[in-house]
Amino acid sequence: MFDYTFQWNQVLVRLPKMLDGALVTMEVAVLSMLIGITLAIILTILRLSGSRPLKAVATGWIEIARNTPALFQIYMAHFGVASFGIHFSPFVSLLIGITFNNAGYLAENFRGALKAIPDTQARAGRSLGMSQIQAFGYIILPQMLRISFLPMTNQMVWAILMTSLGVTVGMNSDLYGVTQDLNALTFRTFELFAIAGVIFYVITKFITLSARIIASRLFRY
Amino acid sequence: MIEIQNVHKSFGQLEVLKGIDLVVQKGEVVTVIGGSGSGKSTLLTCINGLEPINSGKILVDGTEVHAKSTNLNKLRRKIGIVFQQWNAFPHLTVLENVTLAPRKVLGMAKAEAEAIAERQLMHVGLGDKLLAYPSRLSGGQQQRMAIARALAMAPDYMLFDEVTSALDPQLVGEVLETLKMLAEEGMTMICVTHEMAFARDVSKRVAYFHQGVMAEIGAPEQIFGDPQHPETRKFLASVR
Ligand SMILES: Nc1ncnc2c1ncn2[C@@H]1O[C@H](COP(=O)(O)OP(=O)(O)O)[C@@H](O)[C@H]1O
Ligand SMILES: [Mg+2]
Repeated sequence: MFDYTFQWNQVLVRLPKMLDGALVTMEVAVLSMLIGITLAIILTILRLSGSRPLKAVATGWIEIARNTPALFQIYMAHFGVASFGIHFSPFVSLLIGITFNNAGYLAENFRGALKAIPDTQARAGRSLGMSQIQAFGYIILPQMLRISFLPMTNQMVWAILMTSLGVTVGMNSDLYGVTQDLNALTFRTFELFAIAGVIFYVITKFITLSARIIASRLFRY
Repeated sequence: MIEIQNVHKSFGQLEVLKGIDLVVQKGEVVTVIGGSGSGKSTLLTCINGLEPINSGKILVDGTEVHAKSTNLNKLRRKIGIVFQQWNAFPHLTVLENVTLAPRKVLGMAKAEAEAIAERQLMHVGLGDKLLAYPSRLSGGQQQRMAIARALAMAPDYMLFDEVTSALDPQLVGEVLETLKMLAEEGMTMICVTHEMAFARDVSKRVAYFHQGVMAEIGAPEQIFGDPQHPETRKFLASVR
């Protein structure tokens, strides 16, 4: 009934390859977060702007990002746009898909954070002669990012996990892609994916813990 | 000089200021008293252009606050305002709270802004709190910090909106002392206040607001000793 023999050696010799994949995974996640946070700030500003079309763009983005599968978003960034003759590499498509998702979720978090900051903060800034942009940049934005720090950490963890969807658009250099290729080569399915799982777990734990340390250093108020 | 000429201001259907006329000379201290909802705060936020007005004019040193061509960001540099709610920027230290606007609005170098900020903070008695975050300060200290923050812009006018109203009674004194000190130094001030003793001691003139109208204005001796308007009498009787 249970006659599978574990062969860890065959898999462990391939660990360096998997760790290389883990680096690519982290690269995608970090890039998607940096760009995603920037875009989320822009979406937040668009939402605050008086302009209806700009608001509609931001709202549309956020709605789609939060209410469709991440797989769909990555698929669209690859095969969807290919229908219009736009061809991205699997890496770029995966990055676009995850970034789109990050920006949408984070913009929604930022909206919640803004509600926690009293109007009187911006008013105090304007009273000191600051422009609207200065008051936002120097007074509102730092507080918003602080309040959103934990959700941003969670999103970073999600970004790491979402990289595994890259295989559907032909990505094979990330941790999940490498693991899948090795599996086709060795058929050590359980061992390979167990190790991949452990690596994913270690990365996300590392992120959560270092975020906690960064937060305690950064936010002393 | 601040010249307020027949200012009308409504929020929707509600007319909050019903034709206010008031001239405040350089170096003068005018206190504004009156019941809650009489339009005192609204008047102050109209003076620095935070609120639009419906008709009339407000001139600060001859510049019309609500004219389209007026650069409000620039005009506000010379009008400091401190609000009833404490508005410390929580993510910045006391020193950074005070240096932020001089650096970003006036483009001052960090060292210069810090020198000015330190001087202003010493002045209001917070010289030992420079590196503290506002969450570590009492309400009275936060209000004094807000005063120093406004003063660091070297304003020509200061507006105070019930700056002691949200404070515990034992902290009111230290903030009023700070205001008194400013008045003695010759700062031009409009102070909305519920502190009648302060109004009597410090101001050159006291204005009584009632339901969007400046019902009466005069020297403190006259307003407190011989109020002319029946509403002023009623109000003063109620706060005594
Ligand atoms: N932003 C606003 N929107 C609508 N109504 C307001 C607003 N600010 C003040 N009011 C109303 O205007 C009136 C005067 O308010 P305010 O100037 O704050 O009075 P005071 O400072 O004398 O207590 C009140 O009835 C208040 O409810
Ligand atoms: Mg008020």
